[in-house]
Amino acid sequence: MSKFALITKGFLKENPTFVLVLGMCPTLATTTSAMNGLEMGLATMFVLILSNIVISLIAPMVPDKVHIPVYIVVIATFVTLLQLLMQAYVPEVYETLGLFIPLIVVNCIVLGRAEAFANKNSVGDSALDGIGIGLGFTVSLVVIGIVREILGSGSVFGWKFIPGDGILAFVMAPGAFIVLGYLMVLFNKLAKR
Amino acid sequence: MAAKSNLKNMALSLSAVCLVCSALLGGVYAMTSGPIAEAQAAKTAASIARVLPEFSAQPELKTVEVEGTEYSYYDVPGSGIAVISNASGFGGPLKLMVGIDEKGQIVNTVVLSHSETPGLGAKCTTDAAFIDQFKGWDPAARKLAVRKDGGEVDAITASTITSRAYSAAIASAYDVYLNLKGNE
Repeated sequence: MSKFALITKGFLKENPTFVLVLGMCPTLATTTSAMNGLEMGLATMFVLILSNIVISLIAPMVPDKVHIPVYIVVIATFVTLLQLLMQAYVPEVYETLGLFIPLIVVNCIVLGRAEAFANKNSVGDSALDGIGIGLGFTVSLVVIGIVREILGSGSVFGWKFIPGDGILAFVMAPGAFIVLGYLMVLFNKLAKR
Repeated sequence: MAAKSNLKNMALSLSAVCLVCSALLGGVYAMTSGPIAEAQAAKTAASIARVLPEFSAQPELKTVEVEGTEYSYYDVPGSGIAVISNASGFGGPLKLMVGIDEKGQIVNTVVLSHSETPGLGAKCTTDAAFIDQFKGWDPAARKLAVRKDGGEVDAITASTITSRAYSAAIASAYDVYLNLKGNE
């Protein structure tokens, strides 16, 4: 697979949200607005890239029977690092996403990439895979966030262009499922062509 | 490929990974604990400045027990007190900071944390008409309860439970004020 394809596959062929349907918890919970989706996507990408790099480095030394605990320790370490750094340097962002940051540990995208890619590929390729899948995840969250924010609050990235309250359901959980479902249909129809 | 899965290898690799990770976390924790404390202190200071009239004294954190519940409050000599008070909202605890001046009037309120429904109860953090009605409120003269419950608080549309919790939190902050005043 070419280096370029490693990055682009995260958008289409292996889009984590619309094709692999991984990491649904943060996807549904944090996409109440485009900005929240963007921040969550970037946070996940940070963890994904670093854990992919480290896991591809240590994979040859880790005995098979304990590889899952080792990977989880590595991932949990990066998530905690991220949490501490966000709390210290971007407290406003931490306030909106704080609850969901620890959930990145159990986001199956991160462990999934470690298992499916990083532990059998080179460091460079694993880093690119992390960037690609991370970008795909981020873009998907932003798209869901934009749709929910327009319908639910009449704004995009906090810029309000429809006066009034919007359709409340789209800010809450049911709207997340509805938007995700329709986008998935749309995405798979377009991707099949 | 992977190292052999015998006991020695497994124990060694897991311990090594855990050791490196804890060292790393310890280092970053030491590095960030300063800025985290600063960020929190700055947030508290900003909240106190919002709920009390201008002051020059250094706010002092104190606690007091009123009817079995312990409350934290900031005592600002010459200005008033900023009480941190809780009530059960629709989605979970609603935590407010309530500024009360020395005459016993509510100066302003600010939501410290909440888990109300976005677009409904969560408006208690942004709805100026709702928040501003409490400025200058004298709980001794006007009852702190929503109109449905016989009080004078105009509730947020479709969010009676949140408005009730907000009023209750202010009322218990006022109890703290009365209690402190009684003990002077």
